[in-house]
Amino acid sequence: MSSTTQSSRREADIPRWLLIAATYTIVGIMLILPPVLVVAEALRNGFGTALTTLADPDALSAIRLTVTMTLASVVINTVFGVLAAWLIAKYRFPLRGVLTALIEMPVSVSPVVAGLVWLLLFGTQGWWGQALDRIGVHIAFAPPGILLATLFVTFPFVARTLLPLMEQQGRDDEDAAMLLGASFWQILWQVTLPNVRWALLSGVLLTTARAMGEFGAVSVVSGHIPGLTETMPLHIETLYNGYQSVAAFSMATLLAAMAMATVGLRSFFEARARNAVIRGQDA
Amino acid sequence: MTEVADVSFALPRGRRPADPLPGFRIALVATLFWTGLIVVLPLAALIMRPWQEGIGAMTAALQDSRMFAALRISFVSAFIAALIDVPLGVILAWALVRARLPGRRIIDALIDLPFAIPTAVTGITLATLYGPQGWLGAPLAHLGISIAYTATGIVVALMFVGLPFIVRSVEPVLRDLPPEFEEAAGLLGARPWQVVTRVVLPALLPATVTGFGLAFARGIGEYGSVIFIAGNQPFHSEIAPLLIVVRLQEFDYPGATSIAFILLVASSLCLMGIAWLRRRVARGMVAGAAP
Repeated sequence: MSSTTQSSRREADIPRWLLIAATYTIVGIMLILPPVLVVAEALRNGFGTALTTLADPDALSAIRLTVTMTLASVVINTVFGVLAAWLIAKYRFPLRGVLTALIEMPVSVSPVVAGLVWLLLFGTQGWWGQALDRIGVHIAFAPPGILLATLFVTFPFVARTLLPLMEQQGRDDEDAAMLLGASFWQILWQVTLPNVRWALLSGVLLTTARAMGEFGAVSVVSGHIPGLTETMPLHIETLYNGYQSVAAFSMATLLAAMAMATVGLRSFFEARARNAVIRGQDA
Repeated sequence: MTEVADVSFALPRGRRPADPLPGFRIALVATLFWTGLIVVLPLAALIMRPWQEGIGAMTAALQDSRMFAALRISFVSAFIAALIDVPLGVILAWALVRARLPGRRIIDALIDLPFAIPTAVTGITLATLYGPQGWLGAPLAHLGISIAYTATGIVVALMFVGLPFIVRSVEPVLRDLPPEFEEAAGLLGARPWQVVTRVVLPALLPATVTGFGLAFARGIGEYGSVIFIAGNQPFHSEIAPLLIVVRLQEFDYPGATSIAFILLVASSLCLMGIAWLRRRVARGMVAGAAP
């Protein structure tokens, strides 16, 4: 212990104060000023004004749409993410690597491209857009398109959070449950999922944070109809471009607070998940 | 127990007995269905669509100089931003792991801020902060430096977005680097800066390359945090994702799809290149350490 402090003291004598000054400068300018500015701009005309802007019908509708879309995509992607992680972690089969790469794919796709691909399928010039329009099914420039874009963007998060832990835990527990006569659902519910519960929660929270904040993909497919297809991020853009700075930053404060609370909770559970990984190694 | 027989079709015959763990078929069907619907189908549309209007439309799209300007701006800005982020990120990682700074926990939480804040919020915030009347923009304007509504603004936004990738890639490696290494180097007569440049930084190189690659790849496609602060002037400060949106608003689907296609291929190539570079660097490290 004492040797560690000694070495770190020697390691750095000269540049140490410089590095510390640099650290506080970087953190101050890049990480502290922006969130302070969001809140300051929102409260520019007082707390009451900020709240009033959030009570605007279009603002309320944007909040409602964001909450609905987030919940829907989290539920859907969690169910399929768990099954995908289970499949890849517990079995060996041909093209397993290809499937993993496909699940990871949306992470490296630009948000705008993630929106564009749905227009290619369901837009007015898309493959099936006009045919579906004729039978009264509207996907592009309507909530279903927003949901599809959000699903694409948040597709990998649950699976990729679960995978490393599930692979590390192997399948001894599952094999034991199987030998005792458990069915697939029993194994999944009573053996596998309890083993990865913190990682699962972490993946779900990451999906939630990304789903509510998604801008580029949703912007392309939504059509920006205030009160109908504007989510919170899109409404922030509309307000900001309309020079309604206080309203834009009030909405931004609310959205950022929601996202940061989600991410904060996630870091908390992530620490538990990390401990679970360590325990998995020991076992 | 039907699953026992079902698994065998997917397993290499003879090498391994059929997998008795139930659930393979249902998980496989669900995963293939969902991946097919949400990932493969739309990406197939993206890959096939540019050729649908014929080769002529594709070559016409490829002669668009505005598109190449936008792609160049996206790639160069992402590269510069990730490059500037490298020293900043390494310093922050060092501060988190080695320096016992007051407020270390707060800094640790703040690092993830760019991940947590939705891109649209980042966009309007940075545009206001660096705008002509902004907290940082006004003093900088006095010095004759304008950041908002120029190509520099793009780099500033991408720096913010990319910073956590570097820190979070380097930090665990630095944490696992035994202080004994540095101690030994010091005992062997290395000066402090030699310890840093010869012992610490080489050990961090693979992680730094990874972080750089992640920040770069993210920067190429970034949209929400950039468009508010960039001037969005064609040929000067218009990024490729924005040009896709512009083309879509002009109902120019082939044009939009061509840019998206090139963006997708280019960023996939970049990611593969960085993965390759990282493997080489990691191998070089091992080879260098072996004797």
